[in-house]
Amino acid sequence: MSEVRTLVIDGKDVAATSDQTVLSAAEENGIHIPTLCHLEGLSDVGACRLCVVEVEGSPKLLAACATRVEEGMKVTTSSERLVAYRRNIVELFFVERNHICAVCVANNHCQLQDQARDLQLTHFELPPLHPELTVDATHERFVLDQNRCILCTRCVRVCDEIEGAHTWDIQGRGANARLVCDLGTPWGSSTTCTSCGKCVQVCPTGALFEKGRTVAEAKSRRPYLPYLVKAKRQGS
Amino acid sequence: MRSGKPKLATIWLDGCSGCHMSFLDMDERLLDLADRVELVYGCLVDTKEFPEGVDITLVEGAVSTEDDLRKIRQVRQRTRTLVSLGDCAVTSNVPGMRNPFGPRPALDRAYLENATSRQQVPTEVVPALLAESLPVHAWVPVDVFITGCPPSADRILEVVLGLLDGRVAEAAKVSRFG
Repeated sequence: MSEVRTLVIDGKDVAATSDQTVLSAAEENGIHIPTLCHLEGLSDVGACRLCVVEVEGSPKLLAACATRVEEGMKVTTSSERLVAYRRNIVELFFVERNHICAVCVANNHCQLQDQARDLQLTHFELPPLHPELTVDATHERFVLDQNRCILCTRCVRVCDEIEGAHTWDIQGRGANARLVCDLGTPWGSSTTCTSCGKCVQVCPTGALFEKGRTVAEAKSRRPYLPYLVKAKRQGS
Repeated sequence: MRSGKPKLATIWLDGCSGCHMSFLDMDERLLDLADRVELVYGCLVDTKEFPEGVDITLVEGAVSTEDDLRKIRQVRQRTRTLVSLGDCAVTSNVPGMRNPFGPRPALDRAYLENATSRQQVPTEVVPALLAESLPVHAWVPVDVFITGCPPSADRILEVVLGLLDGRVAEAAKVSRFG
């Protein structure tokens, strides 16, 4: 059973229930923390680290989406140090793969692009890796472009938790980690994919998109997810 | 010609000229700008040699060839404030799409596979491609970055006017890739 916890976020006294995360307590109180891998309706994994916050008494930064509230906690969601880390994180996403906004299907509808804008990232100091990556267009309706994937695992989670198919997963580690279909088969020959398209709708970038979309035309419908979650709970 | 006005130059490296088109989209405001600067070099000026003592240079395009590299080094040497104009100059953008596989497959595609006659990769006149197409600041220090493909005329004007007034305009802090 959840109990009431009181804590301080950015100097503001806040009440939350013990099962809430720092992120959800902050959001409920109108305090904005930037996120990328978090999506309302899915479990939280702390993959992107964009929501890192300072907690008094903790030597390390904590991901707000993956940290439960505690009694008497003192949280800082924005500081020079946190902004510097967030800028580093977004820059790393950009230079690790080939994000060419100008010719991307998700141009103007991309949450990575939005984060760069919010953090006023006008250029990248780190040298880009320019990895040679694949595009899987074997599915009859959808495409997976590894060039744009930031490994947030929203697609993995929505497929597993909401659709119940678990078609997606992550293979490899670190910079070699890749989103894979089934056990590394082309998407078009997947035996588990139901072609529901939920993964396409939750993708924050242009990594997963509907065929026939060209530059700046892929607009995902991410806010619909909580309704799906509700429908699934009511149906079961 | 000596006017005593600040000297403005533009240069076009590996880009599509879209940033210069956006510059021209200032329309009638170009007349106001012309009152404040002397345009000493660029696609719109018939000067062959990049002049000395330029106050502001706007660079469009990534550094993709040996010729681009020679030019940008000279431009940097002769410019007080160097501005990377647009995504190609800032990130290498579309020209950088060849970087994962290198220049050779790009040349083969353009001059051999897609050529309908006299298939051959040129070795003269056309400058040699560098191993990678890189942003301007990968080679020389850059003072101001204007993102966008292309950046809007409003933002270009605001940044240039800001520099003329000796300040970094808010528009220069705007990140707007794509």
